[in-house]
This record gives sequence, C-alpha cells and structure tokens, in this order.
Amino acid sequence: MDYISIFTTMGQEISLIIAFILVFIIDLFLPEDKKHHLGTISSILLAISIIINIMPCQGELFGGMYTTSPLANALKTILSAGTLIIFLQSTDWLSKGETAQRRGEFYVLTFSTLIGLFYMISAGNFLMLFIGMELATIPVACLVAFDKYKGHSAEAGAKFILSALFSSGLMLYGISMLYGSTGTLYFNDIPSLLVASPLEILSLVFFFSGLAFKLSLVPFHLWTADTYQGAPTSVTAYLSVISKGAAAFALMTILMKVFAPMVEQWSLMISIVIVVTITVANLFAILQSNLKRFMAFSSISQAGYIMLAVLAGSEQGATSLVYYILVYIAANLAVFGVINAVEQHAQGKVEREDYNGFYSTNPKLAMVMTLALFSLAGIPPFAGFFSKFFVFAAAFKSGFSVIVFIALVNTIISLYYYLLIVKAMFITPSDAPIATFKNSVPMRISLLTCVAGIILLGIVSSVYMWLDGMAL
Amino acid sequence: MEYTILILLLPFLSFLVLGLAGMYMKSKVAGIIGTISLATVACLSYYTAFSYFTGARNAEGVYPTITAWNFNWLPFSSNLSIDFGFMIDPISVMMLVVISTVSLMVHIYSFGYMHGEKGFQRYYAFLSLFTMSMLGLVVATNIFQMYIFWELVGVSSYLLIGFYYTKDAAIAASKKAFIVTRFADLGFLIGILIYGYYAGTFSFTPQVNALINAGFLIPLALGLMFIGGAGKSAMFPLHIWLPDAMEGPTPVSALIHAATMVVAGVYLVARMFPLYVGYAPDVLHWIAYIAAFTAFYAASVACVQSDIKRVLAFSTISQIGFMMVALGVCTSINPHEGGLGYMASMFHLFTHAMFKALLFLGAGCIIHAVHTNEMSGMGGLRKHMPITHITFLIGCLAIAGIWPFSGFFSKDEILTACFEFSPVMGYIMTAIAGMTAFYMFRLYYGIFWGTPYNKKPNYNPNVHPHECSLSMTIPLMVLAGITCVAGFIPFGHLVSSNGEAYTIHLDTTVMITSLCVAITSILIATWMYAGDKQPVAAMLAKQFKGLHKAAYNRFYLDEIWIFITKKIIFRCISTPIAWFDRHVIDQFFNFTAWGTNAAGEEIRGMQSGNVQQYCMWFLAGSLILTLILIL
Repeated sequence: MDYISIFTTMGQEISLIIAFILVFIIDLFLPEDKKHHLGTISSILLAISIIINIMPCQGELFGGMYTTSPLANALKTILSAGTLIIFLQSTDWLSKGETAQRRGEFYVLTFSTLIGLFYMISAGNFLMLFIGMELATIPVACLVAFDKYKGHSAEAGAKFILSALFSSGLMLYGISMLYGSTGTLYFNDIPSLLVASPLEILSLVFFFSGLAFKLSLVPFHLWTADTYQGAPTSVTAYLSVISKGAAAFALMTILMKVFAPMVEQWSLMISIVIVVTITVANLFAILQSNLKRFMAFSSISQAGYIMLAVLAGSEQGATSLVYYILVYIAANLAVFGVINAVEQHAQGKVEREDYNGFYSTNPKLAMVMTLALFSLAGIPPFAGFFSKFFVFAAAFKSGFSVIVFIALVNTIISLYYYLLIVKAMFITPSDAPIATFKNSVPMRISLLTCVAGIILLGIVSSVYMWLDGMAL
Repeated sequence: MEYTILILLLPFLSFLVLGLAGMYMKSKVAGIIGTISLATVACLSYYTAFSYFTGARNAEGVYPTITAWNFNWLPFSSNLSIDFGFMIDPISVMMLVVISTVSLMVHIYSFGYMHGEKGFQRYYAFLSLFTMSMLGLVVATNIFQMYIFWELVGVSSYLLIGFYYTKDAAIAASKKAFIVTRFADLGFLIGILIYGYYAGTFSFTPQVNALINAGFLIPLALGLMFIGGAGKSAMFPLHIWLPDAMEGPTPVSALIHAATMVVAGVYLVARMFPLYVGYAPDVLHWIAYIAAFTAFYAASVACVQSDIKRVLAFSTISQIGFMMVALGVCTSINPHEGGLGYMASMFHLFTHAMFKALLFLGAGCIIHAVHTNEMSGMGGLRKHMPITHITFLIGCLAIAGIWPFSGFFSKDEILTACFEFSPVMGYIMTAIAGMTAFYMFRLYYGIFWGTPYNKKPNYNPNVHPHECSLSMTIPLMVLAGITCVAGFIPFGHLVSSNGEAYTIHLDTTVMITSLCVAITSILIATWMYAGDKQPVAAMLAKQFKGLHKAAYNRFYLDEIWIFITKKIIFRCISTPIAWFDRHVIDQFFNFTAWGTNAAGEEIRGMQSGNVQQYCMWFLAGSLILTLILIL
C-alpha cells in the first residue's frame, strides 16, 4: 500500500489522532499548576490541523472502507473550526472548581469524538460508519457527565448513554438486515443490489433512526432536552452543532449514494420526519423557560431545516447543507457563548427571566445574542437568511414545494420564540438584572469570530460559491 | 485602473471613522479628515478624467467604455447576475468630476457655515456617506448596482435634510423627501425587475434579440424606471419634496438638492439613453412633455416665492426640466440628426451643477449674515457682502444664459435641440428661459438692491450683515471661476450621444433670440425690482391677486397631494384594509398562536424525563415509519 497517499487522503483524521495523543501525554506529565496551558496547547494543535488540511483532497483508502471528497474535507475543516471556537469558550468553565484538575480529559475526549465524527463523514462501509459513530458517541457521554457533582450533569449523561445504546442497537440491527439482504456492507456495492423489499425498508428505517438519534429528529429526540439542559454548556454547544453537522452529512451521502434506488421511500420518510420535527420542536420551544432547554428544541427544529437539504438529494442540496451547517455553527455558538459567559459570571443563571434587562447591563453581549438569534430565525441580511434560503431553494427545485411551505410557516413561529429572548433582554425591565461583567480574552475572540461569521458569511457570496465548486 | 476603488473606498472609510469615532474627536479634526479624504477623491477623479479624455479613442472614434474592476456578487444564471464594479465612460467620468468638485467645495464651505453646530462630526460623516453613494451610483456597471446606490443616496439625503432633528419642519421635510422618492423608487425597482427578467441581464448593454422578443415590456420597464428618476429629479408631480428639503443645512442643499442627487434621474435616462431611443422613443418624448411642463410650472412658482432658498429650489426643478427636455427631444443616437439633446443635457447638467451650487452657497452666506431666509429681511446687501454679491451675480447671469457665462452655451444647445424637434417646443422652452432670467434677477435685486434691509418694516436691529469668512468665500470664488470658463470647454468632443466627437456650433438665430429674451427679462426685472420702491410689482400682485396667491402657494400641489393621500387613499383604501388586518388577519394569527400554545401544552407529556418511555417512543417511531413506507 502507498503510505503517502494515506497521509494525504486521511490527513484530517491522522492529524487529529496525533493531537489527541500529544494532549494525552502532555496532560500526564504536566504538573498541576501548569495545567491551564492545556487549553492553549489543544487550541494550537487544532488550529495547526485546520491549516495543514485546508487543501481539498479526494480519494479512497483500504479498499473503499474510507472515502473522502473535497466537500467532505471542507465540512471537516468547518467542524474543526467550530470545535476550536468551543475550546475558546470552555476555558473559563474549565478553570473553575474541581473540573480544573481534569481539564485535560475534556480536550482528549473532544478530540476523540471529533475523530469519530470524521470517520463517520468519510465512511465507505457500514461497519466503518458504525465504529465512527460509537467513537463519537461514547466519549460524548463522558463529556455530558463531566460536571458529575453539579446539577443534572450525571443524570444527563446516564440518559444520553442509555438512549445512545438503544439507538446503536437498533441501527446495528438495521445494518445486519441490510447485510442479510444484499450480502455486502460496502457503499459502492449495495445500490445495484437493492430492490426495495420490505426487509430493506425496515433496515433503511432502523439505520436512519440511528443517525436520527444523533441529529435528534422527532420522535428520536426525547433525550435531547434533558441532556442539553444537564450537560455543561460547552458540551451542549458541541452536541448541538458539531455532532449534528457530521451526522447530517453522513446521512445525506448514504441516502444519496447507497439508498439511491430507494429514493422514493426515503424521501417520503424524510418528508414526514421534517414536518413532524419542525412542528413539534417549535411547539415545545415556545414553552421552554430554561435557555439551554430552549436551545435544545431550537436545535431540533434547525435539524429539521438541515433535513430539507438532505431531502433535496442533489448537488445543490449538498452544498446548501454544508453552507447551512457553517452558518448554523456561527450563530449557535454565539448563543451558547453568551449563555456560557452568563452562566460563569452570574452563578449559573440560565432562565429566560434572568435575562430581563440584560441589555442595560451588558449591551455588547446582548447585541451578540440578538444578532445570533436573528440569524437563527433567518432574518435578512444575516447569514441565517441566506442559508435557509439556499436550503429551501434546493428542496423546492427537487419538487418538494409543500414541505418547503410548511417549513416556511414554521420559520414564522420560530421567529416568535427567538424574539421572546430579545424582548427579555431589551424591553422587559428587571429589578436585579445580571450584573455587568467582563469576558476573558478567549471568550471575546470566539464571540467576535461568530459575529463576523453571522454578518459576513451571508453577504460575501464567494463563501457559497467556494462550497458550490466542490464535488460531493 | 484598479486605483479607482479608492474613489469609493475613501469616502466610505471616512464615513465609518467619523460615524463611529467622530464623537471622540474634536469637531475640527473630524472636518479635516472628511475634507482631506474628499480632496484625495477629487484629485483621483481629475486624474481619471484627464487620463481618460487624453487617452486614445478606439477605431470608430469613440471613447472606449472601460470597466476598471468588476466583481460578481450574486450570480443567478450565466447572464443574469448582480455585479459590483466601476465603469468608466464619458458621462460617468464627467459626473465624477462634478460630484467630487462640488462635494469638496461644500466640505470646505461647511467649515465656516457649520462652525459651532452641534453634531458637526455627524454632519461630515453623512456628507461622506452621501458622496460615496453618489459616486457609486454614477460608476455603476449595471442597473442593479445603480439601484443599490440610488437608495443609499436617498437614505443619506434623508439623514442630511433631517440634520436639525430637533426642528419639526426638518423632520417633516426629511420624511416627506424619503417617502416621496421611495414611492417613486418602487416604480424604478419594478422596472428593473421587468427589465432583468425580459432582457435577461442587468447590464446596460443587453442582447438585442431579447429586447425585440420582449415587445412592449421593455418600453414599460423603461417608463417605470423613469418614474424612479422623476422622483429623484423632482419632476412634476413628484417634485413636492424638493422645496421642503431646503430645511436641511444650506451647503447640503447645494450639494444634494442642486448639483448631484437631483440630477440622478437625468443621469439615469442618459445612462439608458440608447435603449430609450432605440426601443421606447414614445416614452422618451413623454419624458420631454412632462419635463417641459415641470420646467414651466416651477419657473412660474419661482417668480413669486419670497424665501430665497425656495426660489432656488424651484429654479432647480425648472432647470432639471430643461435637462430632461433635452434628452426627451432626441430622436436618434446620431448627434447630427436629432441626437444633439443628449450632449446638450449633459453639458447643462455640468454647468448647472457648478452655478447652482454657487448660487446655493451664496444664499448660504446671505442667510448666515442676516439670519433669515425671507427676502423681507434682505435688500441692499451689495455693500456689505461684496464677494458674495459679485459671485452671486455671476451665477445669476449664467443661469439667465448671458454670454460668456457657462449657462449660455449649454442652454443654447438645449434650445437648438428643441427647435430641431419641433418649433413649438423651442418657443416654449425659450419663453421658460426668459422666465428664468426674470425670477433670478428678481431674487438678485431683492437681496442686493431694492429697499435696504434696515429700512424694511420687520427690521431686526440685531442683524449686522458682513462678509463671511474665507472658508466660505473661497468655494464661491472657485465655483464662480468655473462658471466663467466652463462654457468654453469643447464639451461635444468629450460627451456626445454616440460617443463621436461633435463640434458645438452655435445656431445664430437661436442664440440671438434667447439672448434677446434673457436681456429683456432682466431689464423687466430691473425695472420692477431694482429701485427702492417697487410700485409695478405691488400693482401686478394686486391686479392678479388670485394668480399671485395660487403661485405663491405652489398652485396648491401639496394640498392636492394631501387631499389624495389623506382623504382618498387613507380613508377609502387604507381604513378598510386596516380593519381587515386587525379583525381578520390578526385574529387568525391570534388563533394560530393560541392553537400552537394549546397543542404545546397537550403534547408536553411526551417529554416526561423517563428514559424507558423515550426508548418506547423511539421504537414506536421507527415501526410507524416502516409501516407507512411499506403500506
């Protein structure tokens, strides 16, 4: 085998594995009082990994087990960048209390889930996909329970791992039925063998439910609210954008490439799931008063919009999916950044009422939050408008006008609940608003990056063009 | 030519710096930043103009159209895209020179005029924004870019008119200007969309086939675009905002409401000229008729106004009418056979911008000295303000069309073009030119001669008129100098309808007629208004009391608009719609919201926090999906 080609094709994963090992070893040998350097080291390693892998690459490895494309590579870069932002946002949280002793674990675990997500994106075989998914899921359970002595973190972790086990089991069941029906697990070989028999339909749905769990689509979403609420905010942020992005992309490539002969079945399935997901998530989101729980439902409905791109099942859909994820990362991480900052500086305040009068005390943060929420709601001229527009356009072009219409109506409902927070911050007065505080430098950098993303990603049309020029 | 990006970038940067950091700096520093950036822009514009006009013509003897840089912003299809670029051709270069010159003069002038005003920095920030927008408008490579900057121009004009935001009249005027022009821009936007759809492009040079296939839609689109132009260029009956816009600071009136923004409509028609002539000649002639009426209407109102800025505002409307008429009477693209008007219009745009800015800045000096806009507080000021007096006189002579001032040459070309089109149009426009000379000299005598200000009944003893500071008189002298010599520019060689060099030759008959009419009008004005007492004017005003009052009230056009909007549109259309909105649509959404909330409450039980139940839902969901797919 040509070893150089392994390094060039699988560069993203290999550099992450190296980073993982380095952080792990450094963590072992670093004296206690120097542990705060771990965040810097991990961020720098991740940044290096982003830079050296920015060039598009393409190819197959290990007889088709691993396959990558320029668009997949772009997505990996985007996810790495998102993780970097989360690293920056988590420094404050990690340096406090008993987590300070274990902060190395946070970085190591995050790296390992990221590696798993990358293998999911680039899988060429169902087993590879499954391993990637497990690699991405189990460490996340540890991360969710990271604050195990605080609040609901441990409970959230338990709920997450139990739900994850169940969904993995179901997915594995689906894969085994697919193997029984076709006799192979390679993505390249399966399409010609599919006949859309009931067994294959069952396997499709079971397999889909596994990824739908990661994407938290309704009705596979029930773990989401509890887990998002209980997990440390940085981990919630990670769950809501990074692992979602990877799962959406994996689902799209598999449906488009592997289940291509069953397009009729899966587009019906996705249509149903989209309608149910967006509607139910919006209904729940309106009722939430805890911001993290609220963001859980918001992210469920956003996943529904991402599914529109999958539904389109076209090159345009693929581009708009990656673009949507990129924009979504910027906006969602800005929201979580603000929530995180407030939580750190105001003794864990995460209720919506706590934000009353926030603008009067922390105008800059309130502005960041508002921009991000506007982007999530899809208000022009922010990037969220363009990303929604492209996703809708892709689905519309593929002929799903009714679904697009339902999604459009739901964006109006979503505007309502996003504006509730804006209203709390700007209009509703408060006797005891959150006191004015100053953010640490890494947090400021991360928020500024997100704001720049929210404003520029939409207006600078070359971003979309850049993604559009990449092969799936 | 990449340096041209600086022409747009510098004013924009200065806007950002002054807008964001202006309050932290001294007002003088802010003014200097704005002025220096504008001076650089002016130098770059002059350099561009010089190198362009001294550069080579192409094989057909035409100056080439150069796209200095272009960046594809939003591609829709291979042809249809929204670009953002910088186009250099004769008229855009001419506009660059006009805008940057007048803007620079206004920047310098404002040092004196706005001295000590609250919000000095904000003022300069807005000036920079306006200049950037206007420059972007004229160099647009496509109609959509033009539209974007067109709106930006509208916004900055709104901000500047309402600069004194504590004054009710200024607020009302800024809103009026914005709403009226915005209303007109709706036509423009629809026109652009129709044009973009049927011509398949937003560029100024579409495929001929597409235009022919589109049939009547292209004239329709061009007509709608003209509505936008009519709004900005204050054509009757959309002119109502311009006189009120005089509530803004006087230098702003000079820059925006005399020299640059108000000619945007003329520029638009000129920019689309080949299409108008080729595909919509009827539309073009209608433009001429509307413009001729506007010119007449505004001139007759200007004859009786007592507010000196109002007189100038109506004279601006009238002069823009002249420019539009000149474009409208064109029948072909060849300057020798009916295309003369294009060159005449652009020439007049150029000369008018200079002398009208001069007149406005002069008016600013006078207002600065006597603290009133009303002619009743002026008179006999020539001894107190010699520089303002002489430069103002030069401006008046130019607008009246007296040799050798610039207005004579450009107005003459317009009249020649009108006579070529039809003698009737020619005589009408000559008569309006006579009215122009009359009301301008009425204004001149009312300010500088006539009853001295201190002998008038409402004399304010606190007023001591004096000549203004150098920063205000230097721009006057510069503009007066330009007005004296601009007529001798071989303008036809630089700008003409088909780009070929055209030598201006003065038509002796037209020239002598118009000179005679102008001089006669001036003499009548002298007879009526130059003396200490004005028995003739008073007698005429008494004799034709109704007419005088109607004209003074601008023929009640504003009242008619208010009647149409308030009584007809608001009452008969808006009220029922508002009722429908409140009772039907709002209720429907309230119902939806209630339903949504109720449904949310209902399904709350699904989220119980019980993991076993979660797994049950999970499995049930998968099985139900499978059933749906299999059945």
